[in-house]
Formats: sequence, C-alpha cells, structure tokens
Amino acid sequence: MELIKLTIDNRTVEVEKGTTIFLAAKQLDITIPTLCYMNLKDLNIEHKPGGCRICVVEVEGRRNLAPACATECSEGMVVKTHSVRVLNARRTVLELIISDHPFDCLVCAKSGMCDLQDMAIKLGVRDIPFKGEKSTYKPDFSPAIIRDMDKCIMCRRCETMCNDFQTVGVLSGIHRGFEAVVAPAFERDLDHSECTYCGQCVAVCPTAALTEVDHTLQLINDLSDPAKTVVVQTAPAVRAALGEEFGMEPGTLVTGKMVAALRQLGFNFVFDTDFAADLTIMEEGTELLDRLTRHLNGDKEVKMPILTSCCPGWVSFFEYHYPDLLDVPSTARSPQQMFGAIAKTYFAEKQQLNRKEMIVVSIMPCVAKKYECTREEFATDGNPDVDYSISTRELAKLIKSANIDFKALPDEDFDKPMGESTGAAVIFGTTGGVIEAATRTAYELHTGEELEKVDFEALRGFEGIRSATVNFKGVDINIGIAHGLGNARKLLDDVRAGKSDYHAIEIMACPGGCIGGGGQPLHHGDTSILKARSKAIYAEDEGKTLRKSHLNPDIIKLYDEYLGKPGSELAHKLLHTHYFDKKTRQISVD
Amino acid sequence: MTSVKLKLKDSDVQKLKEIAHSFNNEAGELINVLHKSQEHFGYLPAEVQEVVAEELNIPVAKVYGVVTFYSFFTMLPRGRYPISICTGTACYVRGAEKVLDEFKRILKVPVGETTADGKFSITCLRCVGACGLAPVVMVGDKTYGRVTTDGVKDILKEYENEE
Repeated sequence: MELIKLTIDNRTVEVEKGTTIFLAAKQLDITIPTLCYMNLKDLNIEHKPGGCRICVVEVEGRRNLAPACATECSEGMVVKTHSVRVLNARRTVLELIISDHPFDCLVCAKSGMCDLQDMAIKLGVRDIPFKGEKSTYKPDFSPAIIRDMDKCIMCRRCETMCNDFQTVGVLSGIHRGFEAVVAPAFERDLDHSECTYCGQCVAVCPTAALTEVDHTLQLINDLSDPAKTVVVQTAPAVRAALGEEFGMEPGTLVTGKMVAALRQLGFNFVFDTDFAADLTIMEEGTELLDRLTRHLNGDKEVKMPILTSCCPGWVSFFEYHYPDLLDVPSTARSPQQMFGAIAKTYFAEKQQLNRKEMIVVSIMPCVAKKYECTREEFATDGNPDVDYSISTRELAKLIKSANIDFKALPDEDFDKPMGESTGAAVIFGTTGGVIEAATRTAYELHTGEELEKVDFEALRGFEGIRSATVNFKGVDINIGIAHGLGNARKLLDDVRAGKSDYHAIEIMACPGGCIGGGGQPLHHGDTSILKARSKAIYAEDEGKTLRKSHLNPDIIKLYDEYLGKPGSELAHKLLHTHYFDKKTRQISVD
Repeated sequence: MTSVKLKLKDSDVQKLKEIAHSFNNEAGELINVLHKSQEHFGYLPAEVQEVVAEELNIPVAKVYGVVTFYSFFTMLPRGRYPISICTGTACYVRGAEKVLDEFKRILKVPVGETTADGKFSITCLRCVGACGLAPVVMVGDKTYGRVTTDGVKDILKEYENEE
C-alpha cells in the first residue's frame, strides 16, 4: 500500500494512493459540500459522477478548479477547500443550478429535508442573478412514486441505485444539455415501466424530484369521519427509525411512543403488522415444511428453494424478470396484506362491522407497499384489504402537524387481538429476520423439539448475500439471504440455471431489509444508521417473552376460532396469493 | 422524442441479433450496434431498441438514453430523400436559416420530421466542411452549394419524378 502526503487547508494528511481529495479531506473532518456524491460504504456503492461541481477545490499549480469527489490526491498536493476563488465558484455553480429550479420551497414536499435547500442556506445564497428559461418535463404520478423532473438537478444518484444496486434498470439519463432528464425508456411513466417501487431512488434523491405518493391528507379526512372505523397496523422497521424524525439517536426504539401517538391521532384500533408477521410464519413456514418434506422424500415435482414473498418490491422484480420462476416463491401474502385480509373479515365480524365502514391503514418503511395496496387481487368487490399505506416519514409529519410532543409521550401498548406479536415477527424488519423467524418455527414443528437457543447468529449481518446451514436434527437445511435486488438477481440466476442448492431463500429489496426501506427517515448516505436500526430490532426481539411465531396466543386463537389450520381452504383464500407474468404485459404496453 | 411504432418481422429480429453478435454482444459496443442497426432500418424505433437491449443484456432505458443523446440517431423514419441543411456558422451567416424556412414552408414539415408520403425529411447538421460553398444543403449523398431561397424549389424539382 503506497501512501501519499498532501496538505488540505494548511493541514497535512496521509492517504492511500488513489484516494480522492474528497475522502482525504474527510479524514481531517473537513466535509466538502456536494450535491451529487454519495458513498454508501456498507453497500459498496460510491457514486461520484463529478456532475454537480459543488465540490470544486483549488489545487496549487493547477489552472482550473478540481472536483474533489473525482480528483485523486497526489504527493505534495496543496489543496484549499474554502479560498475566495473556491467560495465564489461554488456559489456561482449553485446559483446556476437553482436558476433552473422552481422557487416553490414553501409548498414543496421536500421542504426542510432538501439537500439543495440546505446547500443554499449553507452557502448563503440570497439572489439568483441568472434569469432565463427553466426546463420543464411532464410530471409522472404512479401508485407509489411521484416524479417531478422540474426539480431534478441531475445528480443521477437515483440512476445508480436503480441500475447498479437494484439492477432494475428503469431510470436512465436521457437527452442532452438543457433537455436532459432522468426517465424510463421511451419516456413512459413509471407505471408502464419495470419499476418495482422499491423507492431507493426516493431515498437518495436530494430534492423533491422523486417523492412518495402522500396519503396524509386522505388519512386526516378518514380519521375525522365518525362513520368510519379506522384501523392502523405498523410494520416492525418503523419503530426502529421513527424517533430519528424527532431528533432521537438512530437505533432508538419508540414502539410505545408510536402507539401512544397513533392513539392520539384518533385511530380506533392501533394494531401491529407484527401480528400478521407471525401469521405469515405460520403459513409460509407450513409451506416450507411441506415442500421440504416432499423434497427430502424424493419428490422431483416440488419446487426448491422456497423464496420469501413479504417484500412487494421483490415480488414485482421477479414478476418482471423471472416470469419463468413464478411457482418458486412462497404463495404467502405479505404481512401487510394478511393483516388487511384478517382485519376486514375476522376482526370485522368480531366488531360487527361491514368492511366498507372500515379503513385499514398501514404505516410502512416502504414505498412499494403503497403500490401493493392497489393490487387488484388484494380487494373484495373493489374494496381493498388495506386501503392505503403511509411511510414512516409521512407518519412523522402527521404527528408533528397534530401538535404532539412525541418525545414526551408515555409508552402505550397495542390493542388486542391484532396487536399481539412475538420477537420472531419483530425481526421481519431487518435482513435475515424473516428466514430466522421461519427457522425458529419450522425447526420446532419439524423436529417436535424445543429450540434451546432461538438466536441464529449465522443468519444475521449486513453482507449483501449470506448463506448458512441449519441442522434440523440430522437434516441440513441450506438457507440463503439477499438484500438489494442486484444481490437477489445473483441468487435467482443460480436458481434458474438449476445450480442452487438452497432449500430456502429470503429476499428483501432494500439495503438492510425494511429498516433501509424507501419510506424511512432519510439516511443521507450514512449507512451506519441502518445498522443501528437493525440492532434496535434485535433488541426488541430479545426483550420479548415470546420469540416464536407459533406461540403467539392470539394467532393460535385465530386458527382455533376462524382459520382452522395453516394452509386450510380459508387460509388459502385470505392469506395466499398468485403471481403474474409482467414481462409479457410489458411488451404489449404503449 | 416522438417515435413511430413498428412490428418487427422475425427476419428483422434475426438481423439485429446478427449485428449484436458481430460485436460479441458486448454492452460496451452499444453505439456501434445502434449505428449498424440504424444503417439497416433507417431509424431506431422502440422495438429495435428493445431487441438491442436484450441482446447486449443492458436496460432498455440505457439504450434509449444513448439514442436520445446523440443527434445522429433517430427514432423517426427518414424520407427516401433526406434533406440536411447545414446550419454551421458559415452557412448560418450566409442565410441557411432562410433556406431552411423555405424547405419547411414548401414541404409543410418541421425539422426532424418526414413528409406524409415518406419522400422527404428535413434535418439540420453542423458543418459539412464545404464552407466555401455556404450555404450548403445535402439531399441524400448529393451536395448543393450557394443555395438561395429561390433555389429551394429547383432542388425539389429534381426529385419530382422520382418515387
């Protein structure tokens, strides 16, 4: 390893050869401002298109200013990051970017969390001397994501997430110069592209060019309607991140405060998606055991491995890219949809409510869940099982707008019966969690013995692709885990080629699983936040008395009173689904 | 970019596969593959781009990005007699814009489009290296120099009896 010595702002630093000025400055705790650079260390993604030019610095002996993110250090280099020349150039660059940006900050969805706005404040921009034409582009309203390219600053972070990380390949820079925008092929809207609505583009967009569809106003209306019974479910990853929106440390668990806040907002029943996660394990676990037993008995017809199906981004991904493998994933619906189906049948009957008098809302760390609610197969007579989904960010906005002092709230408990859950359900929120939860239940149901240790450390971690073998009393079960659709693709290609020796694979579309979902508080490129959230999830699991889904008393009751047993006819009707070949649909579009 | 829909015949798909194959189906050869494809089809409709994307194993959005970036590529079929008016500096100062307007007026199509009968299309280009002959107009491979507005109808007349 060759080391290089250079001077940045009169301070000496030693870095490895090949290091950029930007990262060398970071070693001195100098954060050079930028609008396009993104470094997601734990995901091995460094996006440095050198496009925004905000990070320019002065290098002694060099005629022009250098973009710090794309210029390598050299021996003896003398760099100034805040000389008058740099500050003036940087401000001019920013003014030029803003000159082609709408001035509607007061009413913008991203106001208060916009990188461009922050930069204008940081650099003290007071006037835009460049008057002229502004580029405009047709807005795109999909069920989950809104594209407003008038606000795009061409940082192209979304393109990196969509292409390099997710390998979805929907977004690309098109046209050139003033007309350049990021768009799907042939400028179709997202709804007519192969977009999975994973929302990772939304999660990294510095402005409001990409935002989630906002359901908060609709929710306020429904909460104010006395004729409606409004039921809420909260996904596990939300409680590990919501606190960040109120200035709490990443990784602070706010389950009790969140429940209290939801009650204050006026929900009639505050339930937990975790209840449905336990239910998912019962259904998916049974399916896994059934397929596994047949496979081990030499049944050649049975499809292996079983793939999890909780993640709607992942479901769309295989519907578009692997239509030949539609019978491989589990048929179990996602916890969100299981919850909706049970809420509007079992729970509705208990409350003597007609499903049309009910509004089922989900709080999700996710953007794709908004789309999942709209899938036609998840509705009865046009009435959706889950009416709509709001993101963690939207919930935070709602709490703030309702004058609730979140930090001062007392802890409250979820309502019964659909608020009861086990530790197995909580870990659904992080990569590896679903398969660990399934393993806990499948092991005990398969062997008939109690697990001595419920923690499967081998299934945990942050590597994009992980694998582990769990011994079910003499039978080795090979488990694969992938988070990020690019990683999923690698495992899926092996399955397609018949080269996979896994029995079960868990796949989550987002980095770190749901904790890194597109609807979570923005991490601004700091992936250590995702790790902190993951830790919080495991801590909540550890703190639970019940940590195995099949021991959830209200799940046992649900089967006793209503569903019969896992995989029953009624369970299939309410809790299972089927998949569609969207690749063929895609070609016929236009 | 506006485009024209096309139902590809099996032989067209086969041709595209051959083109891609001649570049080893390498993603890095996208521009060359598009070049050859346009040479064959005359333009690059969405259906052609979809096959190219599939063959090179890259997202079709990327292909579309490249097609829209380079002005050489077009998604509209060109006329049988593509008219290119040079609007480079020399031609421009010697009246290329007026010549262009005259072509647009007579043919009743804007720049980048093709007449309804598919005979003529109008595009602008930047400098053909014959500045001494400015303003320059090309129809197909044939070059016309020192074109005046009055001369436009004479040029078109040459193609009157052509199919």
